[in-house]
Amino acid sequence: MPDLYHLPETPSQTAGPYVHIGLIPHQAGFDIFANNFSGDIAGSGVSGERIVIEGRIFDASGHVAKDVLVETWQANAAGRYNHPADRQDKPLDQSFRGWARTGTDFETGVYRIKTIKPGAVVGRRSRKTMAPHINFWIVARGINVGLATRMYFSDEAAANASDPVLNIIEQPERRRTLIAERSARDGQTVYTFDLYLQGERETVFFDV
Amino acid sequence: MTPEYEFHQRDRDSHPPAFTPVYKTSVLRSPRIPLWSLQNSLSEVTGPSFSRDELGPLDNDLILNYAKDGKPIGEQTIVHGRVLDGNGRPVPNTLVEVWQANAGGRYRHRNDTYIAPIDPNFGGCGRMLTDDNGYYFFRTVKPGAYPFRNRVNSWRPAHIHFSVFGSGFAQRLITQMYFEGDPLIPHDSIIATIPDKSAAERLIAKLDLNASLPLECLAYRFDIVLRGSRQTLFENKLHGG
Repeated sequence: MPDLYHLPETPSQTAGPYVHIGLIPHQAGFDIFANNFSGDIAGSGVSGERIVIEGRIFDASGHVAKDVLVETWQANAAGRYNHPADRQDKPLDQSFRGWARTGTDFETGVYRIKTIKPGAVVGRRSRKTMAPHINFWIVARGINVGLATRMYFSDEAAANASDPVLNIIEQPERRRTLIAERSARDGQTVYTFDLYLQGERETVFFDV
Repeated sequence: MTPEYEFHQRDRDSHPPAFTPVYKTSVLRSPRIPLWSLQNSLSEVTGPSFSRDELGPLDNDLILNYAKDGKPIGEQTIVHGRVLDGNGRPVPNTLVEVWQANAGGRYRHRNDTYIAPIDPNFGGCGRMLTDDNGYYFFRTVKPGAYPFRNRVNSWRPAHIHFSVFGSGFAQRLITQMYFEGDPLIPHDSIIATIPDKSAAERLIAKLDLNASLPLECLAYRFDIVLRGSRQTLFENKLHGG
């Protein structure tokens, strides 16, 4: 049955410069809750390849934004989301929620997330499988509505080439703004994912 | 596989655009290229959930959750309301997080240098899960107004920041709640980023005397609406999806 009425969504407002107080109080300079959310979500019981994602977020002048809150949402190593709407016939990993939260560093501007590499997830009906990816959502002072994008993996070239979301981006060179480069450092696998809010290298952001 | 439901297209007219020169910081932080519109996949309709045992018993009591040797200064205030979706259905068990300045307009944040004093008994943040009916409430002190660097004499009206999740990551929302009758509201550059005045008014919480505690605490009501969704089951069946 169609919905007979519709309530308008509450308008968004910027998260402001002090978003850390509410969402990551330790970065604001104090501790208040016994249990805190973090950017390190690859606990010892979680299955999958350990990876580090790090990067910086640039404004239109090339300046690094050092007050951004970054959240990520992803499937587990088998490619299944920990959510009842995901009914794929794949194993759930109850020790992995799939959600991380961190801030860009006040001095360096670098954000860092420790997680596992997700598996590929089924696409919409009659569309191809989605390449492994991590959903990003960022808010900050000066951002009026949270910005959504996706991070894909440089070592998944074949899967990326047939990804139904990357392929709707008209300009192939802009798809590259969503590919994180894989490297090795001190025995860790690091993906570098920089975001550009505006300018020649502007990241592809999505209206989801 | 198309998800069994998908969110209604976000009504961008009820939100601020990215580029709002009245709020100067947005100028260099706003994408210029239009957002690419995506039909929802599992990546958008799913999202994190949280359990009550992750939260502490005082997490939604800003009067007590950072109290050291007394209670914070300020007007004791209850803020309460419901989280609904665009279909009018309650959003149960969703995480609501709030943060604010103290009664003098000062934030407990290493980057805030306003001359108003830090309140030793006030942290300024709280969090809660909505109940089965989408209802939430918390207790705090009313925040003060404060100046911010936009124009030389820009002041923020008293406000509380809200972060809400919903059931899918595409519903994620951060906003600010204002207080009915605040004379700074018409002068505020942040509210002014919302072109639709009736949309902006939905951010103004109403005094709710019936919910106040006599001789103890005033109350304001603030309902939050996240995006609604529609079933896609018919499409799945039709095409054997």
